[in-house]
Amino acid sequence: MRLTGYRRQNGAAGIRNHVVILPLDDLSNAAAEGAARLIPGALPLPHAYGRLQFGEDLDLFFRTMIGTGENPNVAAVVVVGIEPKWTQRLSDGIAKTGKPVEAFSIEGAGDLRTIERAARAAKVMMQDASEQQREPIEPKDLVISLKCGESDTTLGIAGNPALGRAVDCLVGEGATVIFGETSELTGGEHLIAARCATPEVREAFLRTYAAYIEFIQSTGADLLGSQPTEGNIAGGLSTIEEKALGNIQKTGTHPVRSVLAPAEAPKGPGLHFMDTSSAAAEMITLAGAAGSVLHFFTTGQGNVIGNPIVPVIKISPNPNTTGPMSEHIDVDLSRLLSGEMSLEEAGDRVLELFERTVCGRLTDAEVLGHREFVLTKLYRSA
Amino acid sequence: MAHKTIAHAIAHKKGDAVAVAVGDLLPGEAVQVRVLDGSGPLTVKTRDAIPLGHKVALIEVPAGQDVIEYGERIGRATQPIAIGAHVHVHNVKSARWSA
Repeated sequence: MRLTGYRRQNGAAGIRNHVVILPLDDLSNAAAEGAARLIPGALPLPHAYGRLQFGEDLDLFFRTMIGTGENPNVAAVVVVGIEPKWTQRLSDGIAKTGKPVEAFSIEGAGDLRTIERAARAAKVMMQDASEQQREPIEPKDLVISLKCGESDTTLGIAGNPALGRAVDCLVGEGATVIFGETSELTGGEHLIAARCATPEVREAFLRTYAAYIEFIQSTGADLLGSQPTEGNIAGGLSTIEEKALGNIQKTGTHPVRSVLAPAEAPKGPGLHFMDTSSAAAEMITLAGAAGSVLHFFTTGQGNVIGNPIVPVIKISPNPNTTGPMSEHIDVDLSRLLSGEMSLEEAGDRVLELFERTVCGRLTDAEVLGHREFVLTKLYRSA
Repeated sequence: MAHKTIAHAIAHKKGDAVAVAVGDLLPGEAVQVRVLDGSGPLTVKTRDAIPLGHKVALIEVPAGQDVIEYGERIGRATQPIAIGAHVHVHNVKSARWSA
């Protein structure tokens, strides 16, 4: 496998070279987007939060925002925030990677002056980033993430076992791989528990799983009303257990090395479980904040998800999706269902597109402008 | 039938109660089932129409019994399921999350 990427100041390897304009909070979206309009190619990441959060929710907010700036697909960051203190906290967190970061706060300056300052900083960063060259990298340099969505039974019999083969190969070559979707492991959680590398990891996994289920149940909501989803049921999935058993096929067969908090970066190679929602944009945003530079997404009924900084490779084995939604499906595995393609061949197809995407080929979601950046919020703000 | 390929449905493991249709199946069709663990193939005659991605029963499942796929329980039968029947939310229900 011949891979190229961008080596960052801290040794991490990225496969994209974005200059990001990162608003600290909802109030700063307008200035961040204003600056990005003046500097074509600079990437603004507007979002809904960052005000009056507290406790664990605030910690997760900063971990996600700092992690997003730290992501190796990001060459440099302009932070824009309303108040100087939190703006600086975000900027200082990202600067620890050694990458260029500049921060501007809006109070006392106004949007227009801030837009000019941010645009001037982004202009220089764009030129510096444009001179950075790709160099050879290896799978062991990369953090990768996995999720499926708009799932159906074709993922369980075809799409996810194919991805699982590719994941086994990448983990075997030293890559770091993150999967999540805590509540969607229901019915298959014993299989993940059995693959945990140590009793400590197993205990942490089971505790994390139980806490998430307890949280959902504590709301009094009828879980059957949302899981499986309407789309899942239309695609033939009957129960959460069936969905979970299909879901975990994509994780391959390697042991689970650690249990990560949402947006927490893995500390070593191998397969890691992250405690996340099963909502696609939230999960991929958390994985990106943990350092994922590429995401594999299998879909049965046709999810169109993308992410602004993490290229998302979408894979589907369902001919009812790969036909009418072909512009969203990077890897068409429908010949698996007809028996014209073996699982081995399908895994190779996934790896082939992995190699090309790492080296710079744009994914369908990147070309179509899918930039779903969605923060996970744990509870109400103060 | 000329366009039909070798298998019409795929099961995960020997002993699974269900297989997944890989094309739209008509009632009364003799269905070839490929088993991913290499133990097959099996044949089953459909009783119902089964759309692509939906499940056909390979064995009889009495009401209240576990329905097995992937060699694991995916839920319980809420009514007796006959061989060849469509298996979905009308006759199987989660054993984990129940309203």
